[in-house]
Amino acid sequence: MSLIATLARLEAVESGVAQATATVRHRHLTERPLVFVPLITAGEAGAPLGALVGTERDAPRLLVVPQPRDRDLRFAFLAELADVVLPYIDAYADVVEAAERNETDPESGKRVKVEVELCADAPQLIVPSRAGIEFVRLLGRSMRFRRTAEQDPETPHPAPPRVPLLGRWLTHYGERARVPGSSLLLALTDVLPRHWATGQSSLEDQHLGALLAWIDPPEGESGAEAALRAELRRDARGQLVCPPAGPATDPAFDNTLLAPAIERYDRARTALAAAEDGVEADDRLGALTAAEREIRALVESVTRPTWDAVWRGLDLLRALPEGTHAADRWTRDRWSFTGHRDRVTAGEPPQPRRDDAVTAANKLATREREQARLEAQEALDDPLVMAGRRLAGEAFAGEVTDVVMAYSEGKRPSPRPLVTVRTEDRPHLGERAKVYRSSGGKPQAAEFVGYDGFEDSGGAAVVLRIVDKMGRGKEPEAGSVPEKGDLVCFTLFEHEQRGGAKLPDPEETPWTHGGPPGETTVPDADPVTEEDVL
Amino acid sequence: MSHATEEDVPVKPAAPFDPGAEATRATEAILRDTLHGSHRGVVVDSPPGAGKSTLVVRAALELAAAGRPLMVIAQTNAQVDDLVLRLAEKDPELPVGRLHSSDSDPYDKALDSLENVRKSTKAADLAGLDIVISTAAKWAHVKGVEPWRHAIVDEAYQMRSDALLAVAGLFERALFVGDPGQLDPFAIVGSEQWAGLSYDPSASAVTTLLAHNPELPQHRLPVSWRLPATAAPLVSDAFYPYTPFRSGTGHEDRRLNFAVPSDGSGPDRVIDEAAEAGWGLLELPARHTPRTDPEAVRAVAQVVRRLLDRGGAATSERADDPVPLTADRIAVGTAHRDQAAAVRAALADLGVTDVTVDTANRLQGREFDVTVVLHPLSGRPDATAFHLETGRLCVLASRHRHACIVVCRAGVTELLDDHPSTEPVQLGVTVKFPDGWEANHAVLSHLGEHRVAWRP
Repeated sequence: MSLIATLARLEAVESGVAQATATVRHRHLTERPLVFVPLITAGEAGAPLGALVGTERDAPRLLVVPQPRDRDLRFAFLAELADVVLPYIDAYADVVEAAERNETDPESGKRVKVEVELCADAPQLIVPSRAGIEFVRLLGRSMRFRRTAEQDPETPHPAPPRVPLLGRWLTHYGERARVPGSSLLLALTDVLPRHWATGQSSLEDQHLGALLAWIDPPEGESGAEAALRAELRRDARGQLVCPPAGPATDPAFDNTLLAPAIERYDRARTALAAAEDGVEADDRLGALTAAEREIRALVESVTRPTWDAVWRGLDLLRALPEGTHAADRWTRDRWSFTGHRDRVTAGEPPQPRRDDAVTAANKLATREREQARLEAQEALDDPLVMAGRRLAGEAFAGEVTDVVMAYSEGKRPSPRPLVTVRTEDRPHLGERAKVYRSSGGKPQAAEFVGYDGFEDSGGAAVVLRIVDKMGRGKEPEAGSVPEKGDLVCFTLFEHEQRGGAKLPDPEETPWTHGGPPGETTVPDADPVTEEDVL
Repeated sequence: MSHATEEDVPVKPAAPFDPGAEATRATEAILRDTLHGSHRGVVVDSPPGAGKSTLVVRAALELAAAGRPLMVIAQTNAQVDDLVLRLAEKDPELPVGRLHSSDSDPYDKALDSLENVRKSTKAADLAGLDIVISTAAKWAHVKGVEPWRHAIVDEAYQMRSDALLAVAGLFERALFVGDPGQLDPFAIVGSEQWAGLSYDPSASAVTTLLAHNPELPQHRLPVSWRLPATAAPLVSDAFYPYTPFRSGTGHEDRRLNFAVPSDGSGPDRVIDEAAEAGWGLLELPARHTPRTDPEAVRAVAQVVRRLLDRGGAATSERADDPVPLTADRIAVGTAHRDQAAAVRAALADLGVTDVTVDTANRLQGREFDVTVVLHPLSGRPDATAFHLETGRLCVLASRHRHACIVVCRAGVTELLDDHPSTEPVQLGVTVKFPDGWEANHAVLSHLGEHRVAWRP
């Protein structure tokens, strides 16, 4: 945790309310995100119990699996989920704008510009908590290799038609969520703590109710009290007033309400199957429907508070203006969405179970680059984030007190002005360290020359040599060099990231990494065994 | 807590241990496999100061002499320049290419005075030279060239698997050299998703190489020429429990003397203890502190100041006469960069310049007469995986030729006992021994015998 984050948490404890750690919103929010509040069955990883899903805060769609161990009911749930999610995704797939992309021409081997489609916007998925993102990944993995009856008439448990496709999309979203700064799939308990520091630990911040209590406590109550209440308060039936944001449920709910209700449902179902005539069956069907309705009501009662909390959190985030670079990063998300849309349309197989060596290395390189980019962009977009970097000695701000013109040696001397910046920050400047400032949206580099004496007040006069972005002439272009009296901010980190080296194609994986991965085939789903009770 | 004991060390024949002969035997075997072996790769594990660079230079010269075009892959520009200078020192006539980036000041200016070293940003300009040297990052950009017949990969344990993937197409066979006990490479984003895969891109290059090619010959350099006889047993036991090594020098070969007697202060007493025993622990009162603990930082600076003021002289097998202990022979090691910055500022306040102050990552591969270490766990309320990492402590405790002084708050033993390792177990990942918890305990219990308690 950075020093400024620690200080913000201490202030939050003292003042009883979360402290802002950002002045702008660092993640893009679309106008119409799809909120997904899933629940799973205790002890049965990957067995959904139900979900609230939708784009309208007043009209969520409730999906429930009355007997989570029943494979058919689970497929029905997934098919319903696909009916909600896929039309939402499709709505964005067709609205495109023209864009250009650099590609290598297969014949000449040169880099050429190619006209391509770019989706004008992308669907955005919001889940309450980090565990929700894991669950999206799990759903994706469990669905994308399923076969439908159309694909394979022999398959013993054919999946409903659109379920494998939903699995591919959820896999893509789950994978994209691992890219730093991406916003296709966001967990509210990740995004809110990015913008506010509470007076509790980051582990406790994963409780959405407690987190919101710190950020926006009710009138007349401190954040700490409200958070404690959100975590612990139970009603007369012993149920949490603010249920966990899932996908795990509260054991008290499982034991005292859910388990008996599922048992009643099972009994009603067995009774219906044993009915001997039509009249009896009619009665028993009524009992089964009632039992199912009861479970639906239970699931709704523990998802609805989370659903409302998610929208409240989104309101809080929307109140912040969006950071300048968040839009750039959203464009990358749109590219990612468009790319996957194209792969689906082209009939490519689902994402493999494991990445091959080259894909894994490419993903890691991309994510490291995006992480560095994110850190730089957040600081440039937000003076409060920059303050944290200044406090950590990674940037400094101050007033230009002197500018002396100087030139480089050589045949064609270029301008290398010496700029003195008076700062009270304490940057960790090493010998000839490179520093950067944003000049007209472009980074300008300078070199640390030395200190022009330390001053009593703890401040320092830093002498820098500007080395680029001054034009081609002997004299620097107007406005390209800071002037005396200017307020400037230099960073020790680079503003833009260089692209890494190109890795070999997977077919050319070298011997050190096991050689080419071989034919990629769609693997069969795991065979069903005796132990597969689900 | 289990230590490697005497019984764990393979029983040697009765003949006395002759470090020179042992090292020569190991080197001969490595060169035989490299030049005449049938395998595509040879792996050499080298403990701290075991003559890794000497081996690389010698192997490079022999490969060049055998007429095999050679590429050398190192990890940093400083390592590359150092290798070029060493090669030129051994054979000034040898044509060497230094492939470098197009940044400003891409290489050490000292290379400009070497006639047989050609420098370029393009690999094509260096084609046909006996040896071409560059960093892994620069090599990764080289495309569309005839593969080299042989490569030497230096510091291969600090190279990431994905970096090797980017360059492995450039050579047919390779000699991989490195120290398995130092810091593992790291990624700045999570990579758990690939944990357990043989080609996990965030693992070390050697891990991936051996997972796919388990039949490759593995060698080990058995003698540390850097570490004194006081340090080699501890470092070997704590960090290399299954691959022990010995010191190349005896207790009588190295001595550290000070002209100015002790003034009785904590820094002076710990300096005397370290001069005598090779290790010294300056223990400050227990306290939870921020990372840049002002008292501990000041204590480190004071120890360095006194080391310089007391007119130290180091006697070793390298020279007949004692060599003055000057600022360039002393280093300060820390875990974090802000700690290094704080120590630098504290040293500047005491008028000390020219003493190297850096983090463990940046001290890797370097050597000094005396090191002063700010213990990674000093003053911490918790023991995270970062601070427990075996390699970090190993680097900090194995940079010295004479003595190592550790500055630490009391209470680290209790801290370790309160924080057993809780990292999740990843399927398919080879468990690394020793773990940081055990190595830290081993080092602490040894340091405890050389403790000087001090209240500044």
